Amino acid sequence: MYAEHFSEPATSHVASAPIEHQFYPYASNGGTILAIAGADYALLAGDTRHITGYSINTRFRPSIHTLENLGGPERAIVVAANGFSADGDALVRRLAQRAEWYTYNHNKPLSVSACARLVQTMLYGKRTFPYYVHTIVAGLDESGRGEVYSFDPVGSYEREQCRAGGSAASLLMPFLDNQVNKKNQYDAATGLPQVATDLPLEETLKLVKDAFSSVTERHIHVGDYLEIKIVTKEGVKVEYFPLKRD
Amino acid sequence: MDHMPENWGRPRNDVYGEYQSAIHNAGQGPQSRTQTPSITGTSVIAMKFDNGVMLAADNLGSYGSLARFTDQERLIKVGNETVVGISGDASDQQYIELLLERLLIEDNYPQDGHHLRAPHIYEYLSRVMYNRRSKIDPLWNAILVAGKNDDGSPFLGYVDLLGVTYSSPSIATGYGAYLAIPLMRKIVSEEADAKNVSEEQARKVIDECMKVLFYRDARSLDKYTVATVTLDGEVKMDKNVRCQNMNWRFAEGIRGYGTQKQ
Repeated sequence: MYAEHFSEPATSHVASAPIEHQFYPYASNGGTILAIAGADYALLAGDTRHITGYSINTRFRPSIHTLENLGGPERAIVVAANGFSADGDALVRRLAQRAEWYTYNHNKPLSVSACARLVQTMLYGKRTFPYYVHTIVAGLDESGRGEVYSFDPVGSYEREQCRAGGSAASLLMPFLDNQVNKKNQYDAATGLPQVATDLPLEETLKLVKDAFSSVTERHIHVGDYLEIKIVTKEGVKVEYFPLKRD
Repeated sequence: MDHMPENWGRPRNDVYGEYQSAIHNAGQGPQSRTQTPSITGTSVIAMKFDNGVMLAADNLGSYGSLARFTDQERLIKVGNETVVGISGDASDQQYIELLLERLLIEDNYPQDGHHLRAPHIYEYLSRVMYNRRSKIDPLWNAILVAGKNDDGSPFLGYVDLLGVTYSSPSIATGYGAYLAIPLMRKIVSEEADAKNVSEEQARKVIDECMKVLFYRDARSLDKYTVATVTLDGEVKMDKNVRCQNMNWRFAEGIRGYGTQKQ
């Protein structure tokens, strides 16, 4: 019937909403990062796999960056920005530049807390066209305690004991809540909730390697190698640990 | 019979729902250059071997599915010991060639004996690509840069229209990432593997990959260029190479396209 087929003549609309296929300026490059702070160390780990879609672009692309800092090796800061790798690279290079200028301008090392605030302003400065990354900054505070700061893409941040970011963050984080922050763990004798304490470095390293090995089994974006950077008062130590490559 | 011509040839409303007339009315909109590519080049593939890096790209410039230009060169020698392989939009490729030309001219003015090498070219290109994507006016290409590192080791890097960068001992753009990478990774998967692969072995794999790509990539050509950058600082460009020993018998077994009855 005529009436059924009649729809508004196509020409009656003003071209108010042009339909176009727009260039999408973001991508996801996989990988996962994890940071844990201890009494005398801070650790930042991440896998070295780089992906787009189902393709592995490269098996070895280290993503934990070290900001050399004035005032000795213990003032080094480690940074990782995981998500869209082009944005992550841009953020880290800009941050490295700003950190360097800071040391020249003020003749003192950039503290981790100041670095974290700098990262916030840099991220929020691109609030309308964000860096599509989950950023983690780690290092030692003035007293030598480990500290970890984590950021959302637009700069909202918080100091934490531990944090996972990236593709498999949702798999890692509940495990860390339980094992590092002792969530839902009760003392067998008293029945009281267990209190989170600083883990010794050896324990943390085992935890991190196990966590990544397990996450590799369950998440296809994670694998190949694990890069671990540990900041202590001796400086930054780097360790590599093989993960499954499938 | 529907007597309204503007409704003809459209998806049926009763099947697909109300036709969005905005589609018909969409104007040109604000125009900037590459919102979508027009003349395109398909995959570029590359792998390291014991004495350098080998790249290949075919000579086709496609206009959609039309094989429009069959003599396009997509491997560009930049300076004396670097090769840049470009896939994607051909006009943007020409612009990139212009940029690199300018870069080299600038670099030559001081006559100080310094020459830009692959890592420098790569750094420059990746900044250009990321900058353009950040202006939402991308150069619609995926680029491989091959050459020598400052320490004389082989260099191979990738950068695309998003500014995404990575390095690997074997890399391919486009369909090459699906069809050529598995073949290349058979012999060069890790950085260390490249040391056990000779130039002849690499060439065999590269030729095999180009053949497989011609078999399965509908926007490819059996005529291609192979560039070899050796660590002695020599660049060989082997042009107008043809796929050899092809066997298309498998084609008759393919079902689902064309005019066969079952």
